Amino acid sequence: MARVALDRVRKVYRNGFEAVKPASFEIADGEFLVLVGPSGCGKSTLLRMVAGLEDITEGSLSINGREVNGVDPAERDIAMVFQNYALYPHMTVRRNIAYGLKNRGMAKDRIAAKVQEAARMLNLTEHLDRKPSQLSGGQRQRVAMGRAIVRDPALFLFDEPLSNLDAKLRNQMRIEVKALQRRLGVTSIYVTHDQVEAMTMADRIIVLNAGRIEQIGTPSEIYHSPASVFVASFMGAPPMNLMRGAIETGAVRLSDGTALMQAPAGRGGAVTLGIRPEDVHVGEGPADFDVALVEELGAHRLLHGEVAGQPFTAHVLKDSPLGPGRHRIGLPAGALSLFDPDTGVRL
Amino acid sequence: MAHIPTTSDRAPAPARLLAAGRRRAPRIRWGGLVDHLVLIAGALFMLAPSLMLLQMSTIPDEQIMRTGPSFQIGDRFLPNLDKALNESMSFSGETTGRNMFRNSMILGFGFAIGKIVIAMMAAYAIVYFRLRFAMLAFWLIFTTLLLPLEVRIVPSYEITQQLGLLNTWTGLIVPLIASATATFFFRQYFLSVPEELVEAARIDGAGPIRFFLDILVPLSRTMVAAMFIIMFVYGWNQYLWPTMISTEEGRFTLVQGIKQITQGLEGGHIPEFGRSNILAILAVLPPVLVVVFFQRWFVKGLTDTDK
Ligand SMILES: Nc1ncnc2c1ncn2[C@@H]1O[C@H](COP(=O)(O)OP(=O)(O)O)[C@@H](O)[C@H]1O
Ligand SMILES: [Mg+2]
Repeated sequence: MARVALDRVRKVYRNGFEAVKPASFEIADGEFLVLVGPSGCGKSTLLRMVAGLEDITEGSLSINGREVNGVDPAERDIAMVFQNYALYPHMTVRRNIAYGLKNRGMAKDRIAAKVQEAARMLNLTEHLDRKPSQLSGGQRQRVAMGRAIVRDPALFLFDEPLSNLDAKLRNQMRIEVKALQRRLGVTSIYVTHDQVEAMTMADRIIVLNAGRIEQIGTPSEIYHSPASVFVASFMGAPPMNLMRGAIETGAVRLSDGTALMQAPAGRGGAVTLGIRPEDVHVGEGPADFDVALVEELGAHRLLHGEVAGQPFTAHVLKDSPLGPGRHRIGLPAGALSLFDPDTGVRL
Repeated sequence: MAHIPTTSDRAPAPARLLAAGRRRAPRIRWGGLVDHLVLIAGALFMLAPSLMLLQMSTIPDEQIMRTGPSFQIGDRFLPNLDKALNESMSFSGETTGRNMFRNSMILGFGFAIGKIVIAMMAAYAIVYFRLRFAMLAFWLIFTTLLLPLEVRIVPSYEITQQLGLLNTWTGLIVPLIASATATFFFRQYFLSVPEELVEAARIDGAGPIRFFLDILVPLSRTMVAAMFIIMFVYGWNQYLWPTMISTEEGRFTLVQGIKQITQGLEGGHIPEFGRSNILAILAVLPPVLVVVFFQRWFVKGLTDTDK
């Protein structure tokens, strides 16, 4: 198993583009770390540097205390699962899974045993003699996983492994991948742009934005106390409500002047207020919510509209009688996040 | 008109299908018939010269001189075949059909295989390695498309001669290989292979040579087949270059040897039509067989996107 440490790792592509700004973090043994962020934010670049597929421009990467900046991917004791699976199309499933072992000179009978074991774990036994083109997307995904697990690597790297699957299969595979990782206890870095995947699978999440780490934390920390406006709006569906507000005369107020809570000491002026839709008390409170649209989601409903002239969403249970119109709402102090309106950083 | 349920409407699906099939059967599709007639006529038109050759190889040469091609099938085929394969047309005794056929095979295979091997390796280097001036190298190779052997034949001959390669297989085949067509096709093909495949192979511990042999070559097999057809036929049909390089009769190819007919005419006696007709058929056969055998791969190679 492995501990991984990045120390001010930075990537500048040959065309001068800085895809990853100096990033430092550590991954504990057996941890499932998810890198999440919008497309183009540098997640794959960061992962590929850990894999050794991309040179590290600056900084140091170490696995189990050994710096591996210059080490070949094959020597890093890692396995990687790619978004498009990257299976060898002309080889059977069996040979696909065995290829890495064969290249390492493992004895034939041991390879056969390991392939069998991996295939059993992934329900691929009856497909071992098929070609990848004869498999469904989910099965191909499993073969890619099989190729990774037979090697008993110290570190799993996943680059959006589920994003080519349909939604139902994705949910199922999400659970399978996570369960497998738990069972094998292998340290993993998992890249995704899907915040649901990040929230449900991660032990810890790193949120990336434009090559910069916005926040590192457990799913709960990231969700409940986002470190920036970016994290607040990126994580969670629907995202956190963000509104212009101000700290005036000892209170935090909406832009229409409604006082929400006591001002924290030593602050004043404009702030950005954030609150999760499910933390809003609909029915009573100091503010007015003009509901324009009700979104029916079965288990619950989302009310969309405006508060103090700004877009706002609240979450209510399925038997709530509330419909379009003006309602009073309360924004509990404990659930409110305050951000600096210029830098977007949490106050 | 309103829909009236009938028995066939209520019948289970397979029965309904059968009924539909029966109803459609007697209808002749005139469009299809015309298509086929046109195709058959075209095929006959293309086949006619070969059939004529075949017919004329079964009758005595004098009769060809007198009547030309006819519909008569004579008894001279086997004697002519024997003569064509085993009898030489020259003093040296080395220009037998058998011998020339073998030489043509050496040229066809040598050229096709040599070209494919070199082109694949060149394309591999250009596409997968971060070479200095890779682009320049590629365009240099590419410009050879503008300089086929016929254009550079004098300097090529001079170099071949200075290297002492006249009347050698090397001298015959290597200068023909020097052109970019296959390199270009393989380059385009390799560029379309997903990059993740290389990366997966790297993580799987495959070095550059392993990746090439284990993954890239098998992946390219349809492309190789397509190239093989084109190159084999091209090499097989070479006339000018072999005529210049191979002056020893023992190295004549079939395409070269067929010109012997006209030499016979100049000599004043009756040319050996029967034999040369068989040689001509022999010269056509291997390219046809190669195309027939590889055509499935050929189409796949040029259109397949399943990588
Ligand atoms: N080889 C490259 N050269 C230059 N820029 C690149 C290269 N690869 C990726 N980039 C840029 O780096 C940024 C991050 O890319 P990537 O890590 O693939 O993003 P993500 O995986 O988060 O979608 C993107 O803006 C992309 O355009
Ligand atoms: Mg990516």
